[in-house]
This record gives sequence, structure tokens and C-alpha cells, in this order.
Amino acid sequence: MHVLLAFVAGSLAAAGFYMMLRRSMVKVILGLALLGHAANLVIFTAGRLTGVHPPLIAPEAERLVEPYADPVPQALILTAIVIGFGVQAFAIVLFKRAHAVTGTDDLDALRATDEP
Amino acid sequence: MDALLVAPVLVPLGTAALCLLAWGRPVLQRALSVAGAVGLLGAALALFARVAGGAVAATQVGAWPAPFGISVVADVLAGLMVLLTASMGLAVLVYSLATIDPERERGGFHVLYHVLLMGVCGAFLTGDVFNLYVWFEVLLISSFVLMVLGGERAQLDGGIKYVTLNLVSSMLFLVAAGMLYGVAGTLNLADLSRSLARPEPGSPVPALATLFLLSFGIKAAVFPVFSWLPASYHTPPPPVAALFAGLLTKVGVYALIRVFTLVFAADAGLFRPLILWVAGLTMLAGVLGAAAQTNVRRILSFHIVSQIGYMLMGLGLGSRLALAGAVFYIAHHIVVKTDLFLVGGLIERLSGSGELRHAGGLARARPVLAGSFLLAALALAGIPPLSGFWAKLVLVLAGLELRAFPIVAVSLAVSLLTLYSMTKIWNEAFWKPAPGSEVVPSAVALAPAAYRLALAPIVVLTLASVAIGLAAGPVFALAARAADQLLDPSAYVAAVRAAGGL
Repeated sequence: MHVLLAFVAGSLAAAGFYMMLRRSMVKVILGLALLGHAANLVIFTAGRLTGVHPPLIAPEAERLVEPYADPVPQALILTAIVIGFGVQAFAIVLFKRAHAVTGTDDLDALRATDEP
Repeated sequence: MDALLVAPVLVPLGTAALCLLAWGRPVLQRALSVAGAVGLLGAALALFARVAGGAVAATQVGAWPAPFGISVVADVLAGLMVLLTASMGLAVLVYSLATIDPERERGGFHVLYHVLLMGVCGAFLTGDVFNLYVWFEVLLISSFVLMVLGGERAQLDGGIKYVTLNLVSSMLFLVAAGMLYGVAGTLNLADLSRSLARPEPGSPVPALATLFLLSFGIKAAVFPVFSWLPASYHTPPPPVAALFAGLLTKVGVYALIRVFTLVFAADAGLFRPLILWVAGLTMLAGVLGAAAQTNVRRILSFHIVSQIGYMLMGLGLGSRLALAGAVFYIAHHIVVKTDLFLVGGLIERLSGSGELRHAGGLARARPVLAGSFLLAALALAGIPPLSGFWAKLVLVLAGLELRAFPIVAVSLAVSLLTLYSMTKIWNEAFWKPAPGSEVVPSAVALAPAAYRLALAPIVVLTLASVAIGLAAGPVFALAARAADQLLDPSAYVAAVRAAGGL
């Protein structure tokens, strides 16, 4: 399972970077989204996949009984997903506005900051 | 929970919320915004007074014990950075009152401004890697909006480069943080410092340190991942650019110093040669890039890159003297760079464009502005007795002490080239006669009262830079205390343990 997820995360990251190297604005946004998924999967995998009990204290027990799944990576991913959602929403609005102002979705045409 | 430690986060948060409530009432918003910035400066001064002597203050947010809860820690370095943030926040805000256009102000400028300050202060104070990621995102998202607020073509163009590169950097940081948790089982900086204290053969920690180096390197704009900075920092309005120039890349440098002295201290020796190479190339790339530019703020942007190299040089050398030099350099750089960007904004405003060929005659027309620029530019180049001289002297001495002659030679040569760029701005914008009638119309656009209001923070920052130069002894003693704490994290760990039973 770890090996499979490692390959999935690696493929997502590779696809993400490939998309970001393209010249189309839409593909850059897709690339950013894929990179975000790859990062979340890496945290998920790095937090060890135990496939056992959820980290909940049973009604009759006093404390957690081993083995249980580590809740911290899940909390991290949840935070990262929320942040990633907000940032990607902003990126979409920014690229849409840039497309409206410049009239192109070709990133190579964005040279306004290089001209004197 | 210690209110003093969280005040630098809560004050800007409250200010941003109040400014949001005052939406559509610009005068009230301005009053709230200035009051909030003054309040932040007060909170930062109180915190600084507490930690400047060498004590480390720590608290657990919500009283959850470490390493489960989030630690907030202030040592000398963090206290100094928060104080500098609050000072620049107030200075740039006063300047922006005079120069920001009403559309941007109505578009939420003050709200975003204080959210940005909150993110920067949070990043300096947090004692947790994942929380650092969250603060980075807070400051990034508000800086994204501030950068493109107004929606001019150049802004959107620069904004796309800024946003994309910084998001990639955040993803790398997130991956590194997740894997660090997988290796160490904790993300608390003090806890990490304990559990990674001994390097183990075959451990993945050096690989993670490389990821952190790359991720923070992008945020700090080091060679070879700096190109987003000169492509974007000249596009937003001058006060926004000045705040970014003073503070944002320094958050990246601060994060690098923090993780490589606290978390990866055991492996830091492995990275010192690499960091020194990066430092030297960053200095050279920045200063050579600046030499080719003819726009005031683009020259200054490339010089941010070049100056980041000096801070990394301190980290790469790694001795007590070198780290003290890096801290001194950061303090000097934040004041001087913000000052120069504010001056650059006024040059643009007075001559109608940032292009040097359109500017001129300002030495005669605006002597106070010219004097401030001259002092700040000479401080940046490192002319004694101004602040930059002492910062560079300490770094050069540290380099000579460790017999790292190549980096010392590079740093001295880059200083000379810095002087070249600064002379270019001085000659073109201030010394040469004004190029005809095109100066007049935009010069009228800034009323005398607004000009005086914009000039006040410039003069104050210039005097602060001169004061750092004249009081180099006490400032160096402070930087040395910060370096001592960085080299011996036991006080940091002990403070977190005392606060939350680590």
C-alpha cells in the first residue's frame, strides 16, 4: 500500500510540474491542484497507514488502546486541503482576470514586467 | 497563556476585523488602521523588552501541552523581528495614507495590510513547523491580493509569477513538513530539536533539510530561484512594494536560520558549503541583475536578492560571529530597504515614471528626500559609519576567522557594485537636471501636505538607519545574544518545556 501510494503521489507531482511548465494558464491552475493533491497524499502516507482502529476512546475505556491510526496527519491534511482550496480559488480568479486584461492565455505573452 | 506573546498576532487580527466592519468608511478605516499599527508597535516593544536581555518566553496556545498543542516562542531573534515588523508596518502605513489611491483603499487595502502583518508576526513567533506553514499561507494570500489589488496589467502579469512560484514553494514546504512528521513523529520545533539531535547514518533527515532549503530558498529569493522577485516587486503601489521588500523575503531567511540552527543543527555542517555557494551566487546574480536595470524599483528589487546573499553568508559560515552578523544584517536591511523603496516610490510619483531617464533634478527640488536617499543608499553599500558597514564588517570578520576567503572576496566585490547601482540612481534621479516639462504634471498630483506626510516615514527610517550605525555596539551585543541562543537551543527547548511540559 505504501509503495502504491508513493507511486501515485509521485505521478501526481510529476503531472503537476509538467502542467505548470506548459504555456497555458488553465494548465498551470490544474498543475497547482495536482501538486496540492500530491502533497496531501505524501502527508497521508508519511503518517503511516495502519488500517486499524480510529483514534477514538471507546465508551467503556479510559484511554486509547493501541493500535490506532495517527490523527495528526489527518488534521494536517484537512488544514492543507482548506488552505489549498482558498489559494486555488484565488489563483483561478487571478488567471481569469489576467486573461480578460491581456486577452491571451499564453504565459509566454506575459512580458509586461520585463519591458522597460 | 501569556498574552504578551500572542498580542503581536491578535492586535493586527482585531484591527483587520474592525477595518472590515468599517468597510466603505475610509476615514474611520484609516483611523482604525493607524491605531492598530501603533498598538502593534506597542505590543512588539513590550515583547522585545521582555526577551531582549536573553530570556526566552514561551506559551502554549489554548493551554494544550506541547507537543500536541502549538507553542508560541519568542527568543531574541523572534522578538527583534517582531519589533522590526511592527515598526515597518507603522512607517509604511503612514506613507500609504499619503500616496495610496482611493480605489485601492476602498478595495480593502487596510484589511489586507493588517492580515499581512499578522501572518508575518505569526511566522516569527510560532514554535511549530506546521503552524509556520499556516502563517506562511496567511501572509501569502494577503500579499497575493495586495499585489494585484488595482488590477493593472503589469500587476496581474507580475502577480501570476509571484503567486505561482510561491505556491510551488508552499507545496514543497508542506511535503517536507509531512515527511518530517513521518520521520520524527512531531512538528514542534523544540521537540524536533531534541529528537533529531544526533545524526543517524541512512536517515532521511538531510533529504528533508534539502527540501526545506529549497522551499524557504524560493520564499527568500535566493539563487537560482529568485526570478519571481524582480519580475513582480515593481508592479504594486510603492507602499505595498516597500512592505514586501522589507519583510517578506526576510521571513524566508528567518525560517532558514530557524530550521538550520534548531531542527537540522546536527546536519547543518553538511549544508554549510552548499549554503555558502548559494549565498555567493545570490549576491552576484542580484547585483549584476541590478546593474542592467534602468527602473528605480527594479534596481532596488535586484538588490534585495543580492542582500539576501549576505544573510545566507552568515548562516553558511555558521560561527557565533557569523550568525550575529546575519542578525545585524537583517535588522539593517529591513530598515534601509523599506526606506529605499519608499524613496523610490516618491521618485516615481515626482517624475511620473520609475524610469531613470524620465527622472532628474530632485536634489535641488527635494533636498530632504535627496539627503535621505543618499544616507540610505550609502548605508546599503556599506559606507562607514552607517549601519550596512557594521553588518558587513562583522560578516567579513567572521569569514576571515574561518578562512573562507572566496565568500569574503565576493561579498566585498558585491559591495562595490552595490555602490555603482546606488550612484546610478543618485546621478540620474537627483543630480542631473530635470528632463524638460514632463516632470511637472505628475509633481502637481502630490499635494505639499501629502508629500510631507510621505516624507516623514522616510526621514524617520533614515535616522533609524543612522542610529543603528552610530549605536552599533549595543545592536551588535543584541545580535550576539541572538546568535548565542541560535547556537545553543537548550534555552529555547527549556522555555517550551516550562510552558507546556514537553
